Amino acid sequence: MRAVVTVIGKDAVGILAKVSTKCAEHNANVIEVTQSVLQDMFAMIMLVDISKLDGDFASLADELTALGDSLGLKIHTMHEDIFNCMHHI
Amino acid sequence: MLNTYDVLETIRMIQEECLDIRTITMGISLLDCIDHDIDKACKKVYDKITGRAARLVEVGEQIEKEFGIPIINKRISVTPIAIISAACKCSPVPFAKAMDEAAKAVGVNLIGGYSALVQKGFSAGDMELINSIPEALASTERVCSSVNVGSTKAGINLDACKVMGRIVRECAEQTVDSACFGAAKLVVFCNSVEDNPFMAGAYHGVGMPDCMINVGVSGPGVVRAALKKYPDASISQIADVIKKIAYKITRVGQLVGVTASERLGVPFGIVDLSLAPTPAVGDSVAHILEEIGLERCGTHGTTAALALLNDAVKKGGVMACSRIGGLSGAFIPVSEDAGMIDAAKAGTLSIEKLEAMTAVCSVGLDMIVVPGDTEADTIAAIIADEAAIGMVNSKTTAVRVIPAIGKQVGEELDWGGLFGCGPVMPLHKESPAKFINRGGQIPAPMQSLKN
Repeated sequence: MRAVVTVIGKDAVGILAKVSTKCAEHNANVIEVTQSVLQDMFAMIMLVDISKLDGDFASLADELTALGDSLGLKIHTMHEDIFNCMHHI
Repeated sequence: MLNTYDVLETIRMIQEECLDIRTITMGISLLDCIDHDIDKACKKVYDKITGRAARLVEVGEQIEKEFGIPIINKRISVTPIAIISAACKCSPVPFAKAMDEAAKAVGVNLIGGYSALVQKGFSAGDMELINSIPEALASTERVCSSVNVGSTKAGINLDACKVMGRIVRECAEQTVDSACFGAAKLVVFCNSVEDNPFMAGAYHGVGMPDCMINVGVSGPGVVRAALKKYPDASISQIADVIKKIAYKITRVGQLVGVTASERLGVPFGIVDLSLAPTPAVGDSVAHILEEIGLERCGTHGTTAALALLNDAVKKGGVMACSRIGGLSGAFIPVSEDAGMIDAAKAGTLSIEKLEAMTAVCSVGLDMIVVPGDTEADTIAAIIADEAAIGMVNSKTTAVRVIPAIGKQVGEELDWGGLFGCGPVMPLHKESPAKFINRGGQIPAPMQSLKN
């Protein structure tokens, strides 16, 4: 089971570090990261393994959203199936 | 691996373009609750609904969180109550109360199935149920009702149309304090479907399994945003764009339906391939038609544009899911669609144009506010007209009009939330009473020599 974490917002120092620390706290293993900064807009897509999570998926998603709010970023955590079903036949 | 563009597109569709799952509806059969003692029957109904749907809301919320997509409504549909209440030989209002209590206990916002199917005549229990609809809807909060008065195979029961004209008025009269909301919870159908997940017309047909999960998708905002990128495309290209986006929308419905059915241990029924608007900005079917090139919805060209939209939504959706059903198509409820409200207020969208539009889309004259002094026979004639369109074209049509008691053209009714607000729309003053009072059955139409 894998989830996609997307982070969008104004670039700042340490975004990747803070998000991956939060994932580690929940035992979500980061598998892949793509990140880009266009002008000063930061966009990161992170694929994480959630099969061995400590606790449930909802608390990981809620805490990441809260982290985003505190940093002025939009963080969405969604199961990868929604992307696969929508974009692959 | 997932492509960055795809991931961001999905997120934009959900966050900015109002993509959502409109409803997960659990259909529950009540056939095993029949009892001649109404108290025992009502207890069985309550126990069956609360037992089957105990985890519906919890699972819905879990899925919502996991996939990051809003699931706006969790609802229940049951076997038409006229079938269940027939053995009791008394007013079936206690069934409505049992349904309402069960809906509150499991936390769903609407429960449908206070219904009767009378397309070819009234059987035991049907008239008792129909006559009790105004009281049932006024004395409950979450119960929805529907009556099927016609079908392509049976023709139209004109006696039922007449009765329903009166019942619609009574529903509004008994709920004047809540802006005549009773009438908004009642739908009169022709060719009603047994697996419709959308309220107020949902019921669980007798040919269905004991329990199943149906899903209705939404997404007018997504379609409009997609069309905005092609301002100069030909109409064939527009149809292709709609098909592609409808595919994506419907895939999410399929995913949510299958996941909910697995987690609840209930068979997956159907996905309703629908474009269901809400009064929210950017979630309007009328705005899609305007994006296609109409200055305002309701003007000449609206029927053609809607026919294209409706067909493309189905073509895109059909490949996206394994089981399709329900009403499937674009909905045009006036009060629930910001663009339709504006068009009706401006006078561009008339009831006659809406009637023409219902010939090419799902479903019918929906959420239309009519003057408070409208005669019952006029409402009956509106029902008969709409049923005729459904009967002849072998499609589902419906009427959900709300007589605004004490109000006239120029005023409006406002319910807030998903039901929105609607301006009172003018009707013809000339009486159809003689036609309606003839009674009897309009014969079923020819199925050949189609012209």
